[in-house]
Amino acid sequence: MGTKDCGHEISMSTPSAGEAGATGDWRTERPALDAGACLAVKQRKDACQLCWVYCPDVCIARGVPPAVDLSYCKGCGICAEVCPTGAIRMVADDEHAAPAAPGGARAAAGART
Amino acid sequence: MLPRQDLYEIRWHGRGGQGAVTAAKILADAAFRSGFPGVASAPSFGSERRGAPVTASTRLASAPVRLHSQVSAPDIVVVLDDTLLGVGNATAGLKPGGVLIVNTARPASAVAAPAGVRVVTADVSASAASAGLLVGGTPMVNTAILGTFAAATGLVTMESLREAVEAVFPPAAARRNYEAALAAQRATHG
Amino acid sequence: MSAPAGTSVLTGNEAAAIAARLARVQVVAAYPITPQSPVVETLSRWVDQGELRAEFVRVESEHSALTVCIAAATVGARTFTATSANGLAYMNEQVWWAAGARLPVVMCCVNRAMAAPWNVLNDQQDSMSVRDAGWVQLYCRDNQEILDATLQAFRIAERLHLPVMVCYDGFLLSHTSTPVTVPDAAAVDAFLPPGAPLTVVDLARPRNIGPVTLADPRADADGVLCHGYMELRALHQRALEEALDVIPEVERAFAGAFGRGRGGLVWSHLLDDAEVALVAAGSLAMEATVAAEALRAGGVRAGVLGIRAYRPFPSAAIRAALGGKRLAVVLDKAMSYGHEGPICSDVRGALLGSDAAPAVFGAVAGLGGREVAAPQIAETVRRAVRDHDGGARVRRAEWINLKLEGTP
Repeated sequence: MGTKDCGHEISMSTPSAGEAGATGDWRTERPALDAGACLAVKQRKDACQLCWVYCPDVCIARGVPPAVDLSYCKGCGICAEVCPTGAIRMVADDEHAAPAAPGGARAAAGART
Repeated sequence: MLPRQDLYEIRWHGRGGQGAVTAAKILADAAFRSGFPGVASAPSFGSERRGAPVTASTRLASAPVRLHSQVSAPDIVVVLDDTLLGVGNATAGLKPGGVLIVNTARPASAVAAPAGVRVVTADVSASAASAGLLVGGTPMVNTAILGTFAAATGLVTMESLREAVEAVFPPAAARRNYEAALAAQRATHG
Repeated sequence: MSAPAGTSVLTGNEAAAIAARLARVQVVAAYPITPQSPVVETLSRWVDQGELRAEFVRVESEHSALTVCIAAATVGARTFTATSANGLAYMNEQVWWAAGARLPVVMCCVNRAMAAPWNVLNDQQDSMSVRDAGWVQLYCRDNQEILDATLQAFRIAERLHLPVMVCYDGFLLSHTSTPVTVPDAAAVDAFLPPGAPLTVVDLARPRNIGPVTLADPRADADGVLCHGYMELRALHQRALEEALDVIPEVERAFAGAFGRGRGGLVWSHLLDDAEVALVAAGSLAMEATVAAEALRAGGVRAGVLGIRAYRPFPSAAIRAALGGKRLAVVLDKAMSYGHEGPICSDVRGALLGSDAAPAVFGAVAGLGGREVAAPQIAETVRRAVRDHDGGARVRRAEWINLKLEGTP
């Protein structure tokens, strides 16, 4: 079959969800958000959003509050680092029951590994 | 005048800052304008500093020049500063039947040269000074000496020298440089 | 100097700068190094005076210089740089990057010896040391070729999406003035239409350019199976092989446009009926033509094969040119230290197994600006012929004009 239909002669790709696979499997920690401390929630509008700005994998969606896509979150902790109110803290990945998230093997398997 | 040959090799000796490299290049340009199909001029390669001996070379040929090696057996040697005659090997390799051109106020008979070499002298410094070509009080002889070269060898016309000088200098400076060359041409002995 | 169209007595560096200006380069970034500095100084002055409408980016190193060119080429600008020796070495990883990224950067390499020890004079070690990186490499025999090859380089680069290195001998050509015919600007515009880059920079549809590429092909977000590293390299190699046709094709187009065609991949002098071939690249090959004529006058039927395109290596052209000769003496101005001269190795490789291949002897010349004159080349060839006539087929390379006593 081959790669002849690739159409590129150089390494070039379009950024898209899942381009590098389900990298959520890589993490050992995940971000836990305290909605009460989140500026967007307190102001009831699309305020701050610094966690969205800084997430290197673009797996935080803007929102009130912002939402992490656990299929891809690698647990790097940058969102927790930059949150101005400390509303985000990194917790061990199996401390909380994983919310249903598309494609994530951990989520499907439940809290304990 | 020199006999006709397919290749003339000229070596220039000056001190850093005297413009030997520029003289070599202007001569190549003038010779090309005079009708030589092949010309090449090169500085001595490597670092230079003001006052240190500098050589340059020019080749004039009846076909495009293909040699890039140093001129080791020149037909003509031009010495911009007669104090160089005592120190270096300015006349090394100069062929019998060749020409030694020296900027000096001394007579040709006072200039030591290899056997069979014709010595041509001119007080080019005075010619340059008379045309107002002074830099920091020191005459700039590199263009003027081309007038002596033309007189001694017949290899380039004064007209072609004028054009070559005009290609390098702005108009007022070009006029002064050419006048210096004319003065040196007239003052050439030998 | 502005050098209007016509023939002027110019240095090799002036010829290179004029070519870049005629090509209407849009971005220049370069760091000065002897003997390249006049190229950079001239382009910088022209930009400052408005004679060249380009962005001249001042950088603190050669690595940054080529990085700027890579960035500029990525967004589709026509870009130019120049360097020598340790400057080329300083930008080494970017030399590899530009080639793998298939960017049409044109660089003049003003050939100079590599340190250590420090030496500002000519040999070909610098460009030879990056021959594996995947640039097109052209070697210029004289100042006219510097101008012509640099102009052609832009067309070759943009046609094949390959960076092109135009190499010319430091001082021997860069600082030596000879007559050069400068073409008319409008004619150059017709010869060099704007190129289209492989990269797409579209703010409405952002892309990753040059991301990590895995060993194996991988489906992209649309499900299309994309090239792995090895496929991309195969395409790179194919482009260089295509250059074997494109380089002569561009030379022919140039000859048609400007009336000057002097050989695409290789050129020759008195080679057709020669028994002994002298093989070299750059100004050394021109000096060798004078040696060949002297050899003929002395009864040795010698000729010269000049290598113009060294990468891609023109194996077929070399086999065709040298087939039937008794002996080839390959003159290298560089070494692959620990082995032999690079051109010598490549020539041997090309000839292996071909019909009527000559014996090949190597010679090393001109390292660090060591003088190599036509009579010395002729003497070297006479010794090679003598040894070959005496039955030698494998022979240690002669280092011409070496002054180490007792060395064979």
